[in-house]
Amino acid sequence: MSALLAAAGPSAYWYLTRSTGAVALVLLTFAIVLGVVDVERWSTPRWPRFVLDTLHRNVALLAMAFLVAHILTSVLDSFASISIVDAFIPFVGSYRPFWLGLGAVSFDLIVAVIATSLLRARMGFSTWRAVHWLTYASWPIALVHGFGTGSDASTAWLLIVSVICTALVVAAALTRALVGWPGAIRWRGAALAGAGGFGLFIVLWLPAGPLGSEWARRAGTPSALLGHSHKHSGSSGSGR
Amino acid sequence: MSGSAPTIAERIPDYEPASAAALPRLLSGIRPRGPLPLDEHVEVHGQLPSAAGRGRRRAREHAGMLIEEIERAGLLGRGGAGFPTATKMRAVAGRRRRAIVVANGAEGEPASLKDRTLLESLPHLVLDGAILAAEAVGADELVVCVCESADTGIGSVAGAIEERAASGERSPALRLAPVPSHYVAGQESALVNYLSGGPAKPTFTPPMPFEQGVRGRPTLVDNVETLAHVALIARHGASWFRELGTPSQPGSALVTLSGAVAHPGVYEIEHGASLSSLVTAAGGATARVRGALLGGYAGSWVSGQLLNGVALSNEHLAPHGASLGAGVVLLLSEQACPVAETARLARWLADQSTRQCGPCVHGLDALAGTIEELAAGIAGARVAQRIDQLASLVARRGACGHPDGALRPILSAVQVFQAEFADHARHGPCAACARPVELPLPERPVSDASNREARR
Amino acid sequence: MSHRVRVNPISCEAHGMCAELLPERVTLDEWGYPVVDETPLHGSQVEHAMRAARACPTFALLVERERERARR
Repeated sequence: MSALLAAAGPSAYWYLTRSTGAVALVLLTFAIVLGVVDVERWSTPRWPRFVLDTLHRNVALLAMAFLVAHILTSVLDSFASISIVDAFIPFVGSYRPFWLGLGAVSFDLIVAVIATSLLRARMGFSTWRAVHWLTYASWPIALVHGFGTGSDASTAWLLIVSVICTALVVAAALTRALVGWPGAIRWRGAALAGAGGFGLFIVLWLPAGPLGSEWARRAGTPSALLGHSHKHSGSSGSGR
Repeated sequence: MSGSAPTIAERIPDYEPASAAALPRLLSGIRPRGPLPLDEHVEVHGQLPSAAGRGRRRAREHAGMLIEEIERAGLLGRGGAGFPTATKMRAVAGRRRRAIVVANGAEGEPASLKDRTLLESLPHLVLDGAILAAEAVGADELVVCVCESADTGIGSVAGAIEERAASGERSPALRLAPVPSHYVAGQESALVNYLSGGPAKPTFTPPMPFEQGVRGRPTLVDNVETLAHVALIARHGASWFRELGTPSQPGSALVTLSGAVAHPGVYEIEHGASLSSLVTAAGGATARVRGALLGGYAGSWVSGQLLNGVALSNEHLAPHGASLGAGVVLLLSEQACPVAETARLARWLADQSTRQCGPCVHGLDALAGTIEELAAGIAGARVAQRIDQLASLVARRGACGHPDGALRPILSAVQVFQAEFADHARHGPCAACARPVELPLPERPVSDASNREARR
Repeated sequence: MSHRVRVNPISCEAHGMCAELLPERVTLDEWGYPVVDETPLHGSQVEHAMRAARACPTFALLVERERERARR
């Protein structure tokens, strides 16, 4: 299989890693939305609580599956020499180390969340919940990782999908902070500030960053890879 | 409702015994002021029949014999639940890990003073019983819990512990633990939770304290009065104990008599003594009695008209739907309004919830609200059905007995004072509603921090 | 050996999934908390009860065997 993919050109793995990454992001978005639906206890006769709760768990696990595929394909792809270590330990790689490292950070957080959820019976509720709240951190980090490492940042489809997902996550976080959560003023204030601040950050950063000129170079692509036929200019259309 | 709650006044140390047999027993030698020192305590009761220092085999035999004697005596717990003491001791003694004995003097019941009396004035009797209990269950640690706001009691017990240490007595490690004073804090699992370093809130059982209590060890939690009885049974035997009382509820007991009576206070009676003889011994009623609350705020009301025929034992009170509980007898005068008092009590009981269980938090709150509306005359036409519905929604759905206990004085009041309740439902507050209140209901102190509250 | 369902009222936070998954034994009161029928479970009901217990976010729903109850 990998020989076939290799023969189709390194770009096959690269496409796979891009697509699985995007799908993972979308699935993580839905996982967060469903998580807030869960904690706010919304349900309808057609969609009872246990269905939405199971859906939340299953979507999260599916997102994990795509994440693993995303990591494996990025390692297998020979273009940017990403090693498996880079998936877990951030900022040690050679390809756009900071932006790639953010992916490792996000992945580590998600692993912690999923592990604690699978072992939920063995820990106190407060511990489980504290770790679970890391999802709110893992998502924005994943998004910024995507924009920072990506070659399709300016592609219309990805931009639209990203904007929609960001809006959904921000809405979910705002709902969580504002609805049905008496007291805990400091936490809620922090959550609101975080959600609002992140939205603002994206709006300001995108045009100056990934959508701006020469992003590949500014992002830390090794110079040997710049100017390669697979080079990404940041302003052209489809990926390399 | 305005007006300060009445304070329960002085104790009468000796009075005409309710029967010809020998009383007082527990209260023997009690002084009007200050604790009975160790040497005088020994004079009154004799040496502590302890097995300490006699070797392990003798100690085990001795322990077994003591539990048997207590079983023969038929001693029941005096903290309110009335559980057979010997059964509890056997359960703890039978566990593998080393046990701990907890002497429960927390007494969160506002209308009860007996435990405080014992701890302040007769600490050595309680310590005797606790030490014997420790030997009986093989415990190496003994904790005496005193309400943290009872400075006198804390001082007395601390002094008594020092006296015993100075006398060179060999006993398990004895320590004094001040505990929160609120109503539910004295509940067995709440106390164990607190002593294990947690909040003074009940826990889900099983496991029961006798299996896994303080710091996970088998724990014998006994009321201080129960332990005082143990101290005397060990000296005088089961037959002596049974000379007083009834076959099903033998022995003597401490009761706290308060309300419309000349000399409110702690009295020692034999089980089965008539309520009227107790009231007479306390100087008689100061007003016509509308009703008596027996067993405290987890107890039940008995109508004033029936009181002359009432005897103070659970067997005799059962037909009236009441029980002696922790020995609280509160007489409500005719001047008070039972509906207003019940509304106040219902709200107080709802506030005493530790807020861990939804049905207790919401149910008791809804019940208090319904009674308050009834008292104000603004309840709907189906208020009786609503009260029944709430009662069935609350019963047995909490982690501890508080919601069930709270139902008893409320439902029995609605039953016993039917006419007054019907009157309020139709016409609203009566003239008596504005008069000073009679049920003592202290404000809950802002003590330990609360953990997760019931979600909604 | 029969099984019974019980709720730990302290852990329970009224999520209500138990009532959805085991309506034969659990209904919700007016505040959303479970009212549990402690009649023993039979046959396939036990499976449903186990599933309901797994679905509870706070592990408040317990499926107990007769033998354990006798100890109380």
